[in-house]
Amino acid sequence: MSTSLRLRAGLVSIVLLAAFLGIWHLATRSTGTTTTMSPEYAKLMGLTATQGKSAMPGPLDVGAKLWEHLKRPFYDNGPNDKGLGIQLAYSIARVGTGYLLAVLVAIPLGFLIGMSPLLSKALDPFIQVLKPISPLAWMPLALYTIKDSSVSAIFVIFICSIWPMLLNTVFGVASVRKEWVNVARTLEVGTVRRAFTVILPAAAPTILTGMRISIGIAWLVIVAAEMLVGGTGIGYFVWNEWNNLSITNVIIAILLIGVVGMLLDQILARFTRMVTFPE
Amino acid sequence: MTDKFISIEGIAKRYSGAGGATTTVFENLWLSMARGEFACVIGHSGCGKTTVLNILAGLDAPSEGAVIVDGQAISGTSLDRAVIFQSHALLPWRTVLGNVSYAVSSKWRSWDRAKVKAHAQTFIDLVGLTGSEHKRPSELSGGMKQRVGIARALSITPKMMLMDEPFSALDALTRGTLQDEVRRICLETGQTAFMITHDVDEAIYLADKIFLMTNGPGAVLAEVVENPLPRDRGRTDLHRHPLYYALRNHIIDFLVTRSKTFAAETPDHDPRNVPLVHVGKPELTIASDAKPEPSREASWPGLSRPSTSS
Repeated sequence: MSTSLRLRAGLVSIVLLAAFLGIWHLATRSTGTTTTMSPEYAKLMGLTATQGKSAMPGPLDVGAKLWEHLKRPFYDNGPNDKGLGIQLAYSIARVGTGYLLAVLVAIPLGFLIGMSPLLSKALDPFIQVLKPISPLAWMPLALYTIKDSSVSAIFVIFICSIWPMLLNTVFGVASVRKEWVNVARTLEVGTVRRAFTVILPAAAPTILTGMRISIGIAWLVIVAAEMLVGGTGIGYFVWNEWNNLSITNVIIAILLIGVVGMLLDQILARFTRMVTFPE
Repeated sequence: MTDKFISIEGIAKRYSGAGGATTTVFENLWLSMARGEFACVIGHSGCGKTTVLNILAGLDAPSEGAVIVDGQAISGTSLDRAVIFQSHALLPWRTVLGNVSYAVSSKWRSWDRAKVKAHAQTFIDLVGLTGSEHKRPSELSGGMKQRVGIARALSITPKMMLMDEPFSALDALTRGTLQDEVRRICLETGQTAFMITHDVDEAIYLADKIFLMTNGPGAVLAEVVENPLPRDRGRTDLHRHPLYYALRNHIIDFLVTRSKTFAAETPDHDPRNVPLVHVGKPELTIASDAKPEPSREASWPGLSRPSTSS
């Protein structure tokens, strides 16, 4: 029953994809009018004017280009022409660094806030004000103080991924079932051991959910941050290809951003499943 | 009272409500228990039974008064007093063995893994869960979960066991079996036990002494009823004992009417000297003690003679 459901769902997915690609292909076919002009003028005008080709690349163009990229993901022909693999690696490294720093700060801090009603009340106004700030708004301040564009991008990732983790950790720690804490208390378990043997496992699913939200936001923000910072990364690649008017490369980059984002989310989802306990 | 193993001395619990008003759940509560005794507390919801238990466990502190266990005033929780929670409170990410081992390794920090495991296994076997050691709580039935709770409480070999309506969430059959287990274990190990219950039959079967509490707020311990049934009573023939209905009716009468009217009817109630009630055979009780209510007296009225123990 469930396999047949999966099979049918897969079939529908394939049909939808085929329909989308088909419509895309039809919509970008060469149907425009061509005008006759002098060859030199035609060179300036490009294929749209001379052959009636759509300015928007079709799925076949994108597929061919994608294959080219996949064949050579790591070439490096200088600052403006690097393989997609290198660009993605830069982005993932920045996200990873900023995100891990945020984990190191948010989870211990969230633990403290969650366990201490005083800290929770005292820090609440700061968190409430800092949380809704768009991470990119920090960029000028980061560039001015850090004076390094690459580190600034990491800082922006750090600041955007810290909030969901912090708030979820606080919530998870503060809402650990009283009876589990009481079990530890009646067994005279010390605070540190209690934190690791009762509160951490009980709050782990909530904390991991926060981490999963954070990695998603970090991956959203890195593209924008790299467009501003420039130099390397998939966000820079998108902007550079837009300046090159290579819509094909832009579409490929969009596709890859989606795939990498999905993979990051799936990794965190797997971790979440590992720590989730049935009740 | 010769041996006061547990002595609750004049404790009170007050909560400050809105606008400086304080709610007194109970005050000036005195209660004592001998070593190896099984006591049940019966009273309506809101009379502070659970608060008394939490204070005994050290999970809650009294606003006034002190609790003395084995000659020492308690402060906070202790491994000497094990709690069996109503909701079993097993850690769901640990297996049966993991849950019991957690308690064992909390008591004996220096024990190695094998010793902890062997000790935990003994108590898992004791409650009849052999073969389910590696199951997680979510894979167990309600009765099995509570068995793990009992094994966990027993595994730290406490001086006393505190039980907060441990069987109220179980079906009647499972409850009966577990009552048998708890009675057997307590008799075998000479465990002192303090149990909160709503179930009159459970109290009659298990308890040596039954503490009756009036309705809250401002609840008091009204009487201590001594269980007249023989120590080797069985669950199946309990109701055939000549004193069973007298005892049962006495408790039910208390719960139905006297728990409400007790404070008004007994203005000279001395909370330090709570009357110890011996329920006698109806033929032998003196009728003048009872309220004149002929229709009830015709059946088994559960009359009793309060007598203050000295």
